[in-house]
Formats: sequence, structure tokens, C-alpha cells
Amino acid sequence: MSGGSEVAAILPMQEPVERPVVKQDVNPRREVRTGAELLCSLLEQAGVDTIFGYPGGAVLPIYDALYSSPIRHILTRHEQGAIHAAQGFARVTGKPGIVLATSGPGATNLVTGIADAYMDSTPLVILTGQVPIESIGRDAFQEADIVGITMPVTKHNYQVRDIHDLPQVIADAFYIATTGRPGPVLIDLPKNITAGPASAAVLPQAHVRGYRLPGLPQAADVEAIIEAIRQAKKPLLYIGGGIVSSGASSYLREFAHRTKIPVVSTLMGLGAFPAHDPLFVGMLGMHGTYAANRAVTECDLLIALGVRFDDRVTGKLQRFSPHSTKIHVDIDAAEIGKNVPVHISAVADVGLMLQALLTREVHIDTAAWHEQILLWNEEWPLQYHASEGDLKPQQVVELIAQYTHEEAIITTEVGQHQMWAALFYPFSRPRQFVTSGGLGTMGFGFPAALGAQVARPDSTVICIAGDASFQMNIQELQTIVENQLPVKVAIINNRYLGMVRQWQQFFYESRYAESRIGSPDFAKVAQAYGALGLRAQTLAEAKTALETAFAYNGPVIIDFIVKEEENVFPMVPPGKGTDEMTLEWEE
Amino acid sequence: MERTFSVLVNDRPGVLARVAGLFSRRDFNIASITVGTAEEAGLSRMTIVSSGDDAMALQIMRQLEKLVEVIEVADISKDPVVKRELALIKVEADKNSRPEISHILEPFRVAIVDVGHSSLTVQVTGGVEKIDALIGLLRPYGILEIARTGVTALLRAAAKEVEESGEEVGS
Repeated sequence: MSGGSEVAAILPMQEPVERPVVKQDVNPRREVRTGAELLCSLLEQAGVDTIFGYPGGAVLPIYDALYSSPIRHILTRHEQGAIHAAQGFARVTGKPGIVLATSGPGATNLVTGIADAYMDSTPLVILTGQVPIESIGRDAFQEADIVGITMPVTKHNYQVRDIHDLPQVIADAFYIATTGRPGPVLIDLPKNITAGPASAAVLPQAHVRGYRLPGLPQAADVEAIIEAIRQAKKPLLYIGGGIVSSGASSYLREFAHRTKIPVVSTLMGLGAFPAHDPLFVGMLGMHGTYAANRAVTECDLLIALGVRFDDRVTGKLQRFSPHSTKIHVDIDAAEIGKNVPVHISAVADVGLMLQALLTREVHIDTAAWHEQILLWNEEWPLQYHASEGDLKPQQVVELIAQYTHEEAIITTEVGQHQMWAALFYPFSRPRQFVTSGGLGTMGFGFPAALGAQVARPDSTVICIAGDASFQMNIQELQTIVENQLPVKVAIINNRYLGMVRQWQQFFYESRYAESRIGSPDFAKVAQAYGALGLRAQTLAEAKTALETAFAYNGPVIIDFIVKEEENVFPMVPPGKGTDEMTLEWEE
Repeated sequence: MERTFSVLVNDRPGVLARVAGLFSRRDFNIASITVGTAEEAGLSRMTIVSSGDDAMALQIMRQLEKLVEVIEVADISKDPVVKRELALIKVEADKNSRPEISHILEPFRVAIVDVGHSSLTVQVTGGVEKIDALIGLLRPYGILEIARTGVTALLRAAAKEVEESGEEVGS
């Protein structure tokens, strides 16, 4: 980061992050007798209207207080379902997702979701019950050191040991979860604290001494970036989830259009820049498009905005964008230079940086560069071979896009279907695509769709799932049916752990060890739960099923029986450079 | 190269675990870590000795700064600092060897803090090299136990101040 004066004068006064709004109409002086009642009052004051959770012994006082609270509680069938639902809620709204679970197994069942939210910078406030303070350390029934367990996967965590600390802890937890680089914050609540006496309190201002947010973009950084762009012949914008978190999509669009710089996106950035925009080259990385990966390799200026140079993006580091001057703008100082050394860096909110950049005039001639990218696109466009007999997974994704006018909120599980969803559904707005990027959590997508639908009751929410992934949190069928959530689940059923099988085919001589996986009749399972269950094996059946599903105002599970051994291409094999793509597989 | 970080943290339960956990999770090395109360009530100062190149040192600092309980981090590896460690060394010493050992100890300005029939315990303070040197000299007599505090450090008031006399002896 370089020094210099701030560019405050030219920037509109605008908050980059959607912050929790303190509700003015909530009366903090309402009668409060217990710690749990105080907790509910403070949550209401922090703007909480929905909690995803599961009760148990150590949180009985909290559930008793919730019983007479206006906060909506969604009872899932597993704590993991609750936290992924809260992630879905947070990802489509930008507001923190709230989770409540009991001590011991209730808390440990949340760990995968917490780690997932930490990797994908999702704001969550997680409340866990704990055994009474006098029992802590004695291996009490349902005791687990959840603060210790979650230290490496939370942005911060707390154990409330004195009821007088609770108001400040709640205020600070929401502040930390939602500002800067968002992330999960856990609050552990011993039962004697929530059951014990308390009196009403106003939610205080957050005050966290050791927590610093970056200031406004520095004028010198802005100048350095503009100067680098002026020198560039083949510039490329490499954008990621930070654009979404920052709410910077409109600034990005304007900046790309004004400078005519083409855009490649990470998995987490999809939707932040419209897929149909002529400047959009595609997703980059292991399963990125041919043109996107060629562009990254050949560009002379790489402008990385709100990204973290993940290994699934860079491939072999020595071969990653070898000829480029690299600029990195991120709100998290620790991301600068973590994986890839860069020439120009700025620790700043990307939205504020883009606004600052928009105040400068830049005219560069990138016509030849655009021509080259178009040629790469023609050389190897995104494609698959449609065949007469088989239903292809890519076809199913294209059909879903067609039937939803490309406007649905799409969540995914993890694996081949996730990549096909990323490549073949054209996303046009931020927060439209909800997927587990960093941690790669199978079982994420279905409960995330549940949470997304709770947050966006009027939107079409579709979970594109794999037959194996869907079985990891299939129990949440009961939750969507009970709550009449019209989530549609499209299972891309290939009878395999498809991505595992693909790797075994390529790198383990087609020895399909344990990747063949059986499933129940998903349509019947759906019916047993009270959802509509459909099955499609041909293109015609697929169309009929989608028509039926979208005509039905309730939860639907469609089992698409697709070709078994289809592979995701292009693919950058592990340990190879992004320019060493496998485009098709010959036996 | 060796790196020394001076880290001001909140004096709260679990802070040491957060810092130590960060080092192990990120595959950063810890040669030594010392913690004690700092000048301001409610804060502790940690001195962490680690190793790594400039990029690694920057990454360590920035990851430490992300911890909410960390107030301030300084990489003092290249700055003029006062670095001290305290060691207690219990060495075998009978009537015959005791005068010889005392002779060795003399220039080190140590304190003999415990004397038994067949051993004595020495308290030595100074830089790491000085303590290493003393241990090396005492080893032939039979070292029974050693307890070292690890390095603690503060920036010097001015770069040109002269090292107080006696501290570098024995290295």
C-alpha cells in the first residue's frame, strides 16, 4: 500500500456494506427477566427477524424466550441444515444469517457450515448453548469446547461468562460479522447465563479496539492503477466474491464499459458481472472457459478485484499469468501477496476503489486484444455433444435457464453438476448464484436453497444437485414441506460421485473405487415427505417435468436421469498451468 | 532469517490459544513465545520469535492483525531492540568442581539462586547467545535441568545507544 492523501472529497458518502439496521420500533424496555429474554430483545434490536435452529437441553431457556418473541424460527431436521440455510439466507440478502443450536453435538454439527462460511466470507452470527459455567471443564453431558473447536474457522468467537457483557458482545458480533471481509462469529452461551436473571438493555454501539477496517482508497494507489491501465495493451479484470460482498457490481460494469477491459470471474464472482455482456469472457480456473484461461495467461495487465488467487483459479503458480503486471485490490490486507506476488496493491473496499477509479479518465486501445479473445472463443466455445438417446446434464441446466428466463436464484451442491451450473446458467445479477466455493461442501445446496427461499419468498429458487450430494442433507425435505417453501430441486442423477469418477477416469486408470453410488427413488421420497416428485429420462420428459414443476406452487423434486460418464470440460489438470487445459478426453 | 514480533494483545482467556493456533494452522514456525502483562492494564505483550523471508514475515503480521484480540503488531526483526531471556540452570557441582564452576560463572554476572550438596542452580539473564554459551561451558560438569523463558524484547529508545556493558560477555 502506498501512502498519500485520501480521495474522500470525490466520493459520495456511501456505505459499502449492507449493515444490520437497528430497529427503532423495537422497545428495548420490554419486560426482561432472564438472560434468554434479554438475548431475544437484543437480537430484535439488531434487526433479526429469522433464526434457523434446533433445540436441546442447553438452549431450553432461549427457546422458552423465543416462544413469545416475534422472531421467526425455522426448525430444520439437522443442525447442519440450519447453518447452511442461514448461509443461503445471508448470501441472497447480504444480511447476517442467524443460527441457534444446543451445546455438544448441536454445536459440533455446525462446524462444517462455519468453516464453509469462513472460506466464502459469509456473514453469520451463530448462537450455541453451553453447559453451565460451573460444569465447564468437567466433561459434563453434552459439553464440547465449541469456542476452542471453532477458533480457526470463525472471524471471532465469544463465550459469555457474565450477563452484563451480553449487550456489548451481541453488538460487536454483528459488527464484526458484517463489516470488512464478512465472516462467521460464534457466541457460546452457558445455560446459567441464559437461565439466570437479567434486566432490559439497549443494544450499544459496537466497540472493538483490535478490529480495524481499511480507510478510503489512497490517491496514490488510484494513480498507480490508472497509470498501469494506460500502459496496458492486453488488460484483464479478474473479479470475485468481493465484488458481491461490497455491492460493487454496478461500479464494475461502468468501469469495464468505460475502459473496455474484458472480465473473467471466479466461481464466487459469477453474477457480479452479467454473463451476456460482450465484455464477459467467462469463468477462469480449473473448469474455466478456454478463452478465459487463455486470456489470463496472455494478458499484460491483470486487475484482481475482490479475489484471493485460490489454487482452483491459478493452477500451477509458476505458469499463472506469467507476462502480466498484477494489481490486487482487496479489503483483507492478509490476502495481498498471500499466494501470488503482485506489483500494485491496495487494501480497500473494491466498491470504493472502483468509484475512485471512475473519477479518472482512461482511454486505451484494446481492439486487437478483443479480437484475440473472440478468436479464442471461436476456437473452443463452451460446448458439449448432445446425443439422441441420452439426456445430457448440460442440457438440463440450459433448460432450467430457459424455463426460469435466466432469473432464478440458483444454489448448488458440490461436484460436476456445480461446474455445469456455473458454466451453462447465465447469471446476470449478484447474489443470484449461491454455491460452496472454498470449502466445497456436499450437502450445502439444498438447505441453502431453503434459506434463500425464506429470505426471498417471491423468487424462484432452484437447487441444482447431484444424486450423491442431495442425500447428504435430504432430511430437510421435511423442513421445506412444513414451511411450504416452493424450492425446486433438480437432481442431475448420474449414479456416480461424478467428479470423483472423472478424476479416477483421468488419473487412476478408470478404477472407480467407491464412486459408484446408489440412490432411492427420489420422486417417491419426495412424495413420502409431501413434496411433488418427478422423474425425467429424455429431453421431452425433462421439458414436461420442468413445465409441471414451475406450474406447481410448492416444493418439487425432479430426478433427471442423465448420461452416466459425462465429464466437465475444459479442465486444468491438478499441478498444470491454466494454459494446459484438457478440452476433451480420448480413451 | 530469524524474525521477532512484538504483539500487544487483550489480556483475556484464550488469547494465547488464538495466537498459537494461528501459527500452527498457517504453518508458521514458532521458536519461542513469551507473554506477560504490558504497560496498560488489560493488555499483554507477546514476544514471538519465528523465522521466514520478508513475504512470510508480512503474512505473519497481517494474519496476526486479523485476530480481533490483537491490538498492535510490530516486526522488530530489523530494528534496534533490547532482547533478553532468563534461564535457570541446575548443574552438578560437588566440593571439587564448585570452585571451578564459580570461576566460569564470574564474567557472566549470574546469580546462584540455590545450592545443594551435589548441585547448584544458576540464574542467567541476557541475549540468547550468552545463555547458549554459558550452557555450553557448564555442560561438561553435568547439567541436570534447564528452564528458559524464551526471548522477550522492546524497541530501543534510540538506535545509537550503547549496549550496556557486560551483557555480551561469553559469546
